[in-house]
Amino acid sequence: MLLSFFYMLREGGMKTSITELLTLLEAMKHGLAGQSVDDFYYLARTTLVKDESELDRFDRIFAAYFKGVEDSLSDLFQEIPEDWLRHQAELMLTEEERAQIESMGGFEELMRALQERLEEQEDRHEGGSKWIGTAGTSPFGAYGYNPEGVRIGQQISRNRSAVKVWDKRDYRNLDDSLELGTRNIKVALRRLRKFAREGAADQLDLDDTIDKTARNAGMLDIRMVPERHNAIKVLLCLDIGGSMDDHVRICEEMFSAARSEFKHLEYFYFHNFIYECLWKDNRRRHSEKTPTLDIAHKYGSDYKLIFVGDATMSPYEIVYAGGSVEHWNEEPGAVWIKRLLNTYPKAVWLNPEPRDRWEYTPSTKLIREIMDDRMYPLTIAGLDDAIKELH
Amino acid sequence: MADKKFTGTSSYIATDDLKMAVNAAVTLERPILVKGEPGTGKTQLAIEVARSLGKPLHEWHIKSTTKAQQGLYEYDAVARLRDSQLGDDRVHDISNYIVRGKIWEAFESEEQPVLLIDEIDKADIEFPNDLLRELDRMEFYVYETKKLVEARHRPIIVITSNNEKELPDAFLRRCFFHYIKFPDQETMAEIVDVHFPNLKKELLAEALNAFYKVRDVRGLKKKPSTSELLDWIKLLLSEDVPPEVLRGDGSRSAIPPLHGALLKNEQDVHLFEQLVFLDRRTNPQ
Repeated sequence: MLLSFFYMLREGGMKTSITELLTLLEAMKHGLAGQSVDDFYYLARTTLVKDESELDRFDRIFAAYFKGVEDSLSDLFQEIPEDWLRHQAELMLTEEERAQIESMGGFEELMRALQERLEEQEDRHEGGSKWIGTAGTSPFGAYGYNPEGVRIGQQISRNRSAVKVWDKRDYRNLDDSLELGTRNIKVALRRLRKFAREGAADQLDLDDTIDKTARNAGMLDIRMVPERHNAIKVLLCLDIGGSMDDHVRICEEMFSAARSEFKHLEYFYFHNFIYECLWKDNRRRHSEKTPTLDIAHKYGSDYKLIFVGDATMSPYEIVYAGGSVEHWNEEPGAVWIKRLLNTYPKAVWLNPEPRDRWEYTPSTKLIREIMDDRMYPLTIAGLDDAIKELH
Repeated sequence: MADKKFTGTSSYIATDDLKMAVNAAVTLERPILVKGEPGTGKTQLAIEVARSLGKPLHEWHIKSTTKAQQGLYEYDAVARLRDSQLGDDRVHDISNYIVRGKIWEAFESEEQPVLLIDEIDKADIEFPNDLLRELDRMEFYVYETKKLVEARHRPIIVITSNNEKELPDAFLRRCFFHYIKFPDQETMAEIVDVHFPNLKKELLAEALNAFYKVRDVRGLKKKPSTSELLDWIKLLLSEDVPPEVLRGDGSRSAIPPLHGALLKNEQDVHLFEQLVFLDRRTNPQ
């Protein structure tokens, strides 16, 4: 019972276990899901989903399964940009037009075509009759009319049955491979601080000593604990300007979250790549600079070094003296970043560009090599990995 | 076995999915884990479940220093040491120094209780793992007295989390899960209605509009939540603010009165005022 649904969830990347499936079956035996599909959906969700970041994925798989559309699993990971689908217009069709659309091929034909068009299409589209978008007569998209159409992220079903709760996709912004919000980042960064008491036990634990001595009927039993490190120390270097303009908001969020999470946070800006100077105030970047060497001397090697930058530049800016776009640098940037990496063994590079684009930028490859592959995408999942690396 | 179903109470609006999650947890006698934005009524849920099902409530609030053992029992060794120095007779019976924790209290309850474990993510990362057997089998062993404590009635356990730490998989598998999402405007109207039944329709509509507008401001560090809205309405009522003031005479550029109750962060207030100022400049009346 429900086995194919269970395997579909697992194929779709959810970590649902047998225990949870059995719990669901047990609950159904008690008649909890007796009344309607909605009830079953709620019950299955509360039993099988254990994290809000999985809710959206669950909704999509549930929708796919209960439409009998088992082939569509492959596009679960294909993210359809929201603004394509934002409905702005509504389409009224005549009877003849409907008959026309009727004549498209079967379902499999549709899915194949959808796949192809997703690859072809680059911009938001609305209206027409071929591209995926909203309010058109293409078989793909929402708010249009095509009897064989595939609905994608539709909120209100126009021509068909009533609204399905799982179709609303209320939880899409909780999916952890998507965008970051300040709070998300804070939560992710907070994981850095959980090992605050680590290392050699070299401090007297007064409470525990009293407790153990008392248990020992008064014989002194000295207990030691590791020193509590006040907080993790972080040195944050942010790329600013140029190609980073697209990522300003996400970097601001990252920065404001980091500021409120770490007591010892030092931040500096750079443009494209690290050279002999960094600066703290971008408006006075030409007058108030801090030599990179001073930074490496001032902040101890227990600082964790985090670079935030898109790593997109000409490779000359990294490997040649004089390669900088802003000034004449005596030594290549690669030398400077290696100096920093020698001082700070715990270092990562966070890249706001999506991971699948990294391959196409030579400078990104170069930096990944310099960083020993410690480059992570600036998403919650990426941040998690980065923080594991920093431990 | 529970024969009553949780359907929300006169002071707590529960959505259908929340009811289902609670009823599943009650029926199968397994813990329910509740997450959601701060201020969406996670803690309140346990209180209301207890009230609506007519069961006693035990609350265990977790802090960063809380250990799982403290929920079971603690051995007050210092008191025993002191008593032994004073020659107190009680010292011979170790059970005099076993102090019961919240879980033990709930296990001993005469009728099925509701146990709230509040903000479990505040505690150490090992905390949930240390409670696996206790929550699964509803029993634990007291080593000092060599006694097994079993629950008389399996408590309904409500666990809340603010997501500050990830919870271990083994723990999650034993729980039902519910994420309280931020209520939409209709649900919110119902919520306000149960808290302030005599609120004028007009004022409520205007207050909700203003509230969702503030929530929509991009870049706020802390978005106002349900509890802030309720506080704000309380203030509006006590100040007797007329609905017209909230509407800001048709323009979007008015700062809602008493906005300090909605925005809790100095930077947010500043940002908000700046936006209003900009808006006034670009859309002069």
